Amino acid sequence: MASRPYAMLDEMATRPGRDTVVAAVVRWTFITLSMLFLAALLFAPLATVIAMALAKGLAAYFATFLDPDTRAAIRLTLITALVVVPINTVFGFAAGWSIAKFEFKGKSFLITLIDLPLAVSPVISGMIYVLLFGLQGWFGRYLLDHDISIIFALPGIILATMFVTFPYVARELIPLMQQLGNDEEEAAITLGAGGWITFFRVTLPKVRWGLLYGIILCNARAMGEFGAVSVVSGHIRGLTNTMPLHIEILYNEYNFVSAFAVASLLMLLAVATLVVKTFVERTGYRRR
Amino acid sequence: MKPLRQPSVLPGFGLTFGFTTLFLSGIVLLPLAALVLMTASMPWSEFLHVITTPRAIGSYRLSFGASLLAASINAVFGFIIAWTLVRYEFPGRKIIDALIDMPFALPTAVSGIALTTVFASNGWIGRYLEPLGIKVAYTWIGVTVALTLIGMPFVVRSVQPALQEVQRDLEDAAETLGAGRFYVFRRIILPTVLPALLTGFTLAFARAVGEYGSVIFISGNIPMRTEITPLLIVIRLEEFDYRGAAALGFVMLVISFAMLLTINLLQAWGRRRLVATGH
Repeated sequence: MASRPYAMLDEMATRPGRDTVVAAVVRWTFITLSMLFLAALLFAPLATVIAMALAKGLAAYFATFLDPDTRAAIRLTLITALVVVPINTVFGFAAGWSIAKFEFKGKSFLITLIDLPLAVSPVISGMIYVLLFGLQGWFGRYLLDHDISIIFALPGIILATMFVTFPYVARELIPLMQQLGNDEEEAAITLGAGGWITFFRVTLPKVRWGLLYGIILCNARAMGEFGAVSVVSGHIRGLTNTMPLHIEILYNEYNFVSAFAVASLLMLLAVATLVVKTFVERTGYRRR
Repeated sequence: MKPLRQPSVLPGFGLTFGFTTLFLSGIVLLPLAALVLMTASMPWSEFLHVITTPRAIGSYRLSFGASLLAASINAVFGFIIAWTLVRYEFPGRKIIDALIDMPFALPTAVSGIALTTVFASNGWIGRYLEPLGIKVAYTWIGVTVALTLIGMPFVVRSVQPALQEVQRDLEDAAETLGAGRFYVFRRIILPTVLPALLTGFTLAFARAVGEYGSVIFISGNIPMRTEITPLLIVIRLEEFDYRGAAALGFVMLVISFAMLLTINLLQAWGRRRLVATGH
């Protein structure tokens, strides 16, 4: 009987030691598996973009951006984002204000509807506008008679991009405004401030990090959208080709240096987006 | 009766609610309704015929099979990556944590051509797989690889917060009481993480089924064999077969909504479990 406490002590003394070895093995297995997986699927493709873009030297890389079609594609992508992101930001504020500041029936249903585009395939996001405005779509005849082009033109590209990026600002602002509450706004209104003053002086500063977060995600998605835009654009070189569509054309023509050079710009945009995102999260703003 | 809207001192409900519903209807609901109505106007037999052609069935098999496989791979590796990021400290952890979101931020066309180049028979990884008899690019394996990359962040980002919730003192207590490593995993860690893991799995699956850009480069797009359903829709549209495209789109839409519902139910289940365990 007297030996039992000692045996327990012995076991307690050996257990941590044994565990450390097992723990170390598990630890390194997990880290190695994670790294291998990410290396094959993520790091190798990212490095390939750089390697392929620079395969024929810096001169060939920069020559890509002198090509008028490439420039037109970059311009179209910028125009699209410049139109879409502000509109979706205004929408995000309208949705955030009405949903977070007021209690009304059907609120959660409205939130579900706002998230709807996230659940829809990009191809369908483009197709619904073709069904409406395409040559054989509902309004196709009317648009043709009045010489208005939406599909295979800029309006279609903007509409499809707007659909795809529709929820991004709203889904950051709605939960954030709900969480921050209405006390300051109610105080401002009671003290005689108008609605717009309250919005610009009280609400906007309160939600600035969430807003920035939503805008950069919306912008990244707007500039990079492929499927939806591909369906409505018609792929007219120099006219309706956005950067992602231009990459496809160059790649299919075996013009790999140019394809990956344009891709490297979009990759830079993605990296910048992640940097801003990490920075915003460091300010204490956490995404739910 | 509860009023439709409760009174508030704040102004602007009419303006913001009006704009929200108007914009939502114009951009999202009406166009989606057009798809549903166009499908509804088709005779039932035509609809059935269009969605059950051998080419359509072949595309469903690839789209859903590869998506399911990719989401399963992600459930395993996503868990491992989330675990590594939450539990271990190692050089570069913060950078890798930030890079997990890369597939969200990277345009799909870029990941598509990059993956194809890496896994082509002369690519950095493809050249080592080819002698082993494994062809990735232009086969269903390539489709799965692309869908795995796209779905990865969904699982990692779902599981990460759940793993942080696991009570370490509970694990320690179990180990002190003589529970083995695997027992602790099965009885303490897995139950806490399971709802999040299933949510991540479903999100990854839902995203993969609709994915287009990153797949079409690596898939080779051979009808019946490496043609995904979204691509078949695009082909129908390019043939000006709007009704055929709408019918296929309708099938995908119904499946997307079913999965959206599943995700909501899973998240509600996860919240209930957290409440039940006293978090």
